[in-house]
Amino acid sequence: MRDDDGMADIRTLSEAVAELIHDGDCVAMEGFTHLIPFAAAHEVIRQGITDLTLVRMTPDVIYDQLIGAGLVKKLIFSWGGNPGVGSLHRFRDAVENGWPRPLELDEHSHAGMANRYVAGASGLPFAVLRGYRGTDLAGRTDTVATVRCPFTGEELAAVKAINPDVTVIHAQQADREGNVQLWGLTGVQKEAALAARRVLVTVEEIVEELTPHPGGVVLPGWVVTAVARVPGGAHPSYAAGYSVRDNDFYQAWDPIARDRDRFTAWIREHVLDSEGATAP
Amino acid sequence: MSDGTMSGGTMSDWTSDELMTVNAARALAGARSCFVGIGLPSAAANLARRTIRPDLVLIYESGAVGAKPARLPLSIGDGELADTADAVVSVPEMFNYWLQAGRIDVGFLGAAQVDRFANINTTLVDRGQDRPPGRLPGAGGAPEIAANCGEVLIVLRHSTRNFVDRLDFVTSVGHGTGRGDRERLGLRGRGPVAVITDLGVMRPDPQTAELVLTDLHPGVTVDQARAATGWPLKTADHVAVTAPPTDAELAALRTLKAA
Repeated sequence: MRDDDGMADIRTLSEAVAELIHDGDCVAMEGFTHLIPFAAAHEVIRQGITDLTLVRMTPDVIYDQLIGAGLVKKLIFSWGGNPGVGSLHRFRDAVENGWPRPLELDEHSHAGMANRYVAGASGLPFAVLRGYRGTDLAGRTDTVATVRCPFTGEELAAVKAINPDVTVIHAQQADREGNVQLWGLTGVQKEAALAARRVLVTVEEIVEELTPHPGGVVLPGWVVTAVARVPGGAHPSYAAGYSVRDNDFYQAWDPIARDRDRFTAWIREHVLDSEGATAP
Repeated sequence: MSDGTMSGGTMSDWTSDELMTVNAARALAGARSCFVGIGLPSAAANLARRTIRPDLVLIYESGAVGAKPARLPLSIGDGELADTADAVVSVPEMFNYWLQAGRIDVGFLGAAQVDRFANINTTLVDRGQDRPPGRLPGAGGAPEIAANCGEVLIVLRHSTRNFVDRLDFVTSVGHGTGRGDRERLGLRGRGPVAVITDLGVMRPDPQTAELVLTDLHPGVTVDQARAATGWPLKTADHVAVTAPPTDAELAALRTLKAA
């Protein structure tokens, strides 16, 4: 959907999700606690895009919702809890009881996941790290192996590259050319975006000109496929400079997600029956 | 005595969780930098910055190096951690350049299960043959924190559910199968040096690396600690008694929690 100029298209969220994300895709929605693209995930639920392989270091409430909605066949991750609160109950129910469908897992450490994205962004087949030694993690996945350093002989962990079909992130700003800037805790978003075949960015606002922020990450418009303006699109996560993390929501999510009926009713009321995308 | 209040301090009384957190903070007296897990470790590390170790560099895996939060963050990615940090780095940079390169003195971890060699399980727990394993959040940063920090502290409530004879899953390696195992595995840090609980403190035996009871909190008996441990708990030749929480420690902790 790129125009001839090669720059990102500015679309509505519903158009962008429909055009970029398809049944069966491998999708990474990143954002390490900060800038989690909740609105885009809700649009995926509204459009019923299913059989997804989802990638995220911390599945968080965003993937709890997608898993509970029955759209996910496989999860690639490293920490599946509700940060500071406890379990992700929809994730647990899927893993323990296969509800609403069985969930295949590919489970890593944070260091391993971060390096899998680094390899993907680098166009390499794998990344090297000092990790996994002595743990039971390596025996339960086919995406960790060992490799011997050709210079020192040291045995190191090798983790397979991740190259999602689509990476979805939320950022503070884009300009009209689709150049994107995010700042604050920028997590693994640069690597996840550059590892992907298609990139969808939701933003708080579209500005005439990006003003550089200290520590800001800029993704040039020509590596972004589509931008959608979705103010508040990270809620209950947050966008530094625009909102604060809604910790009360994360705590309120625990009893909602514990109960299948309550969860289903919540999704119906707050996602399926709610307004869709915000117009650009 | 879980969550019960105890008396004896000049600030009238304290809970067992406060006792555990105060002692966990004291364990950071000699640390320059600490990789902080969320929950009890974060409470302890922030308390240490307000009491015995004002210069302690708090490092959160979300990318905050030198965070100075005014209140306890709920998550490792609360905005205040980045706003108050000396540096904010990406997650790959955090794990590769800072943690893996050996720049961090102490890793402070929680756990679901710990065994006698201070190995950690945060992945799953067996619930008998008739039920699927109970799913826990998983590894997060812990395997590489446990491997690569200069040393490791663990804080965990003391019960037979938490301190088990055999882990259902080894998520992060403490001392493996005993002294020398870390070296065989090529793990660079010293591994766990203390496990702080609401009953006392266990430390690895210098010869075997098996956790032995070295300290009890005021009013706690050896039998209580043994009854709450899932293996035959050995005790040090002399089991010390930890100093009661001071008024300053309790006031700082309560201010942190209330903020």
